[in-house]
Amino acid sequence: MNETTVKTLTDSLHTASDAAEQAETGWIMHHILDSNELFGVIPLPQIHLFGIDLSITQHVVFMWIALVILTVIFTAVSKSYSKSFVPRGVTNFFEVLVVFVRDEIAKPTIQKGYEKFLPYLLTVFFFILVCNFLGMVPFGATATSNISVTATLAIISFFVIQIGGIMKNGLFGYFKGLIPHGVPFWLLPIMFVVELLGLFTKPFALAIRLFANMTAGHIVILALIGLIFILKTLYVAPVSVAFALFIYLLEVLVALIQAYIFTMLSSLFIGMAVHQEH
Amino acid sequence: MLGMSKVLLAFSGSAQGGLLDVNPGLMIWTVITFVILLLILKKFAWKPILDSLNEREKFIKESLEKAEVAQKEAEKMIADNKASIEKAEEEAQKIIAQSREYAEKLKSQILEESKTDAKKIMDDAASEIERKNKEAFSSLKEQVAAIAIDAAEKIILENLDREKQSKIINKYIEDISKN
Repeated sequence: MNETTVKTLTDSLHTASDAAEQAETGWIMHHILDSNELFGVIPLPQIHLFGIDLSITQHVVFMWIALVILTVIFTAVSKSYSKSFVPRGVTNFFEVLVVFVRDEIAKPTIQKGYEKFLPYLLTVFFFILVCNFLGMVPFGATATSNISVTATLAIISFFVIQIGGIMKNGLFGYFKGLIPHGVPFWLLPIMFVVELLGLFTKPFALAIRLFANMTAGHIVILALIGLIFILKTLYVAPVSVAFALFIYLLEVLVALIQAYIFTMLSSLFIGMAVHQEH
Repeated sequence: MLGMSKVLLAFSGSAQGGLLDVNPGLMIWTVITFVILLLILKKFAWKPILDSLNEREKFIKESLEKAEVAQKEAEKMIADNKASIEKAEEEAQKIIAQSREYAEKLKSQILEESKTDAKKIMDDAASEIERKNKEAFSSLKEQVAAIAIDAAEKIILENLDREKQSKIINKYIEDISKN
């Protein structure tokens, strides 16, 4: 090791510790968290109703963007079906995804009566997918990296699961079916509590999984890019950019996988609630 | 250590709330957005798309079934054709055999007829020859008689005695019958 590299290293370490002491990592959270400004510039309206902060935040705007994108795309796709029996272009691409959700997610997990839940599953899949990808666009924000959003989606999923199960098996039949067959009599009270808790842990896991996966990648990318500024040296830039690019590509995969997993698990839980016999 | 705690502080709370803070307003907006999206897509997208997908799948399935039926029909037709061709060939063979038999019969009949005809002709010829022979014999006899009369006339003319005369006549007759 020659003198200059040793000097650069010690300098870098000094600047790093200085930066940490000055709490300059706050900008990462600023990028991850919700904000009242769009793109950090345009102020958004703040609404307070009945003691609840109903402000339109950046994540709300991005959910609306997702809503508009999905509405435009899928009305166009459904229109193209009335024009021609044979799909082409964009229709073909989205048909693959729709058929994937239908044949690979809903059909094998819910089996009989899956058609009723298909609109919900398709909507949740495409909504999460578009929200995930909107977070990867420059100046974009990831609504699905907000625990409030993922928790709400999980709660909606929870209600779909319970209502689906109750509508199929009846209120009493559904709760009776929660306890697996062949359980000893004295275990019944414990099993009932465990199974009841299980009903709530499932959506809880859904919410945390989606939130953590969508947040983690962003933090890692920001941290890698932040290294350049924290260490105040350009020499680390190629490494930072290369790693950030790698994580970015990984995030493209994660965005797809998480949309799939959320839909898949929701569908699986619906299937378990609807067909309790196994 | 101080820096680390500040990082944690940034996680747990800031002006916008921490990473794990739940914002009820945002949750309400999420519900509203999601439900609107669900209703819009259900009405304008999922129903027509899924319907047309099912319709197309049904169409493809039906087409395949139809094609299978058509193929089976075609195969049956080919088999039928083959059978009829075989039948026709058999018939042709039968006809050929029949005609051959007939020809054979005809041939033998004709042969028979011609044989009998020939026999008849030969018989006719034989009887004609016989008749001609007889005629010739009788004319010869007449000629012999005439010659004999001539000879008798000559002998008479020569005036021989009776004994000599009869001797000569006998000799003549004998000669003639010898010939």
